[in-house]
Amino acid sequence: MQHYINIIINSIFIENIVLVYFLGMCSFLSISKKVETSIGLGFAVVFVLSITAPANWALNEYLLAEGALAWAGLEDINLDFLQFIVFISVIAAMVQLVEMLLDRFSPVLYYNLGIFLPLITVNCSILGCSLFLVEREYNLAEATVYGFGSGLGFFLAIVSLATIRKRMRYSNVPPTLRGVGMSMLLTGLISMAFLGFSGISL
Amino acid sequence: MKLNLFSRKDKKIIKDPLMGENPISIHILGICSALAITTKIDTAVVMTLAVVAVLSISNTVVALLRKLIPNKVRIIIQMSVIASLVSITDEILAAYYYDMSKLLGVFLGLIITNCIVLGRLEAFAMQNSPGKAFLDGMGNGLGYGAILIAVAFFRELFGFGSIYGYNVINDNIYFSGYENNGLMILSPGAFIILGLIVWVHRSYTKVVDKE
Repeated sequence: MQHYINIIINSIFIENIVLVYFLGMCSFLSISKKVETSIGLGFAVVFVLSITAPANWALNEYLLAEGALAWAGLEDINLDFLQFIVFISVIAAMVQLVEMLLDRFSPVLYYNLGIFLPLITVNCSILGCSLFLVEREYNLAEATVYGFGSGLGFFLAIVSLATIRKRMRYSNVPPTLRGVGMSMLLTGLISMAFLGFSGISL
Repeated sequence: MKLNLFSRKDKKIIKDPLMGENPISIHILGICSALAITTKIDTAVVMTLAVVAVLSISNTVVALLRKLIPNKVRIIIQMSVIASLVSITDEILAAYYYDMSKLLGVFLGLIITNCIVLGRLEAFAMQNSPGKAFLDGMGNGLGYGAILIAVAFFRELFGFGSIYGYNVINDNIYFSGYENNGLMILSPGAFIILGLIVWVHRSYTKVVDKE
């Protein structure tokens, strides 16, 4: 149990997917103008990541990795090179599925997420997470926990940036630095603060 | 005699993304990789080449197919074109420059989700002829690369005290108490340098965000 809590803490604070690995920066910068929408996007990312991480793990383990097709009697086939194309299609399909399920069972949340839901497909944090899973050789439980934790990390980062940007409205920033330039500097400061977490483990 | 290789319009297609329409500093696309692999200039250069190749080829391919692609499934088709090209680039790099491909790691694969590529396919390649689309891909790839190399230049200079692997800071300066700034190699340095570059670039091109 402790091992899994460690993975969660690690993926939220120490190896935060946005602040340390720079993944998902585009939506992080462009959708942090309002706190409400950033919370919506954060939830959607947590949701999609916790589904795609185990799904891509299973695909890699039983289909793509070297010797993965042993269950079908095809030990010598290595479909490694198909990794990118398979992962991105799984992500696109999963996002579509989540969209349909939400539309059916939770129209309010679906309405609130709006355009951000389909855009998650091209959010690098999702694909990046799946690629990290393979690189670090996690097992199924670890992969799920890691996906969930990374999603929470994204949520934390985007909501904190959105709240700070809300405060920035009252300060007099040079015109050409407004918007993206300033958010970038703010992100730098947040990420510096997160460096303080490094070394924490249970 | 002046060689007229490109018409004025074609020149504009290549030149715009380098200055006023820069994908990174003006349109804020494709930032993830711009930050992650810019601790040293050589990785930034290889990444630039990979993106220029993927972007110009995928732009040409999609422009060729633009009349055949049904509107409803265009994103999936574009994604599969990009993903196949990135896979090829990845395999080539792993075969000939193994060390470099290890250094770039997952970030080479993340060119697939680099918004610049999908953005240009949607905004340009779907409406224009293959030749123009190729030039547009080159231009945007180079505009992306220019910012990437600028960020890498400052991070390598302040973080390692070198430029393109050559030490430029004299030993005497180190003796007199100068130290490399470790923060530049870590993530905050990347954010702050890119933020400042965006500021300088926008002051020069006079682009202002409404907020």
